[in-house]
Amino acid sequence: MTTAADHIDPAVRAEALASLLIERGLVDQATMDNFIKTYEQSVGPMNGAKVVAKAWTDPAYEERLLADGTAAIAELGFKGPQGEHIVVLQNTPTVHHVVVCTLCSCYPWPVLGLPPSWYKDPSYRSRIVREPRAVLAEFGLELGEDVEIRVVDSSSEVRYMVLPLRPAGTDGLSEQELAALVTRDAMVGVAEVAVP
Amino acid sequence: MSGPGGHADPAYLLDSSGPAAPPRDNGELVFAAPWESRAFGLALALTEAGLIEWEDFRQALIREIGGWEAAHPSGEGWSYYECWLRTLERIASARGLVDPGALDERAALLAARPAGHDHASHDREGHRHQGHEHDMHNGNSRRP
Repeated sequence: MTTAADHIDPAVRAEALASLLIERGLVDQATMDNFIKTYEQSVGPMNGAKVVAKAWTDPAYEERLLADGTAAIAELGFKGPQGEHIVVLQNTPTVHHVVVCTLCSCYPWPVLGLPPSWYKDPSYRSRIVREPRAVLAEFGLELGEDVEIRVVDSSSEVRYMVLPLRPAGTDGLSEQELAALVTRDAMVGVAEVAVP
Repeated sequence: MSGPGGHADPAYLLDSSGPAAPPRDNGELVFAAPWESRAFGLALALTEAGLIEWEDFRQALIREIGGWEAAHPSGEGWSYYECWLRTLERIASARGLVDPGALDERAALLAARPAGHDHASHDREGHRHQGHEHDMHNGNSRRP
């Protein structure tokens, strides 16, 4: 279906839709603004980084996290939309996980916030499945031939998050210091956690 | 639960100023333009109000994206939030929340506003932008 409105700037169309819905009292500006502000400022990969750092330093927590991601993540206070069925996949020296949503953009919002643009891009969504090793190399991640790459598709009820390998040489770091090392990309699986 | 209902949980508000704090974590803004955030906020607000089901929205978004990709094999011109917005327009029309004719009319009216009255400088959309965005939620506050 193509309408005349399709040729109008999306900024104008979004304003038109919002203004009509607000006038009818179906939504209000404050509610919209609250959602926007929440995902711009308060929910993001620093949440997931805390989860990862806790798992690295607390074996019992790691076990709970791998058994029931949503429940273990909620222990740290992170819950909400797109977090109802989070499955955490643990990377090992021989198995590397990388997450995609092939059909749209499913993503574990409570721990990672909203996805970056490359995650939503048609090119990433199709290529990471077909040629994961090449795509990861483009991200700067060169994995040995002995490492099995598992591409997992979040296009379902499940939202995946990767538990990256804890880097060597970090034995003396506190949980908080470890959290500062963990990046969004490592929790999607397109990077490893590096020591600066 | 059925979808992205619920206001910001206080738990979300913890520690938003740490070294990995969004929105600029890993060097990227969450939304590239105010209209993207408006389309996002609308979808969540409609879901919270129970006027649309998140899963219906997701399935419609999958169809919209699939249709766009089939029609644009080169991928040129891709905009995730344009797909999102079209999905929202379709679902709001299908649910009777807006009249499609009234929506087109309102958009045409807004598009016909004289240049210069608006807050176009807030919008970073570049060449696609035609200068009619009225930024209702203070986009300046999240500009770098």
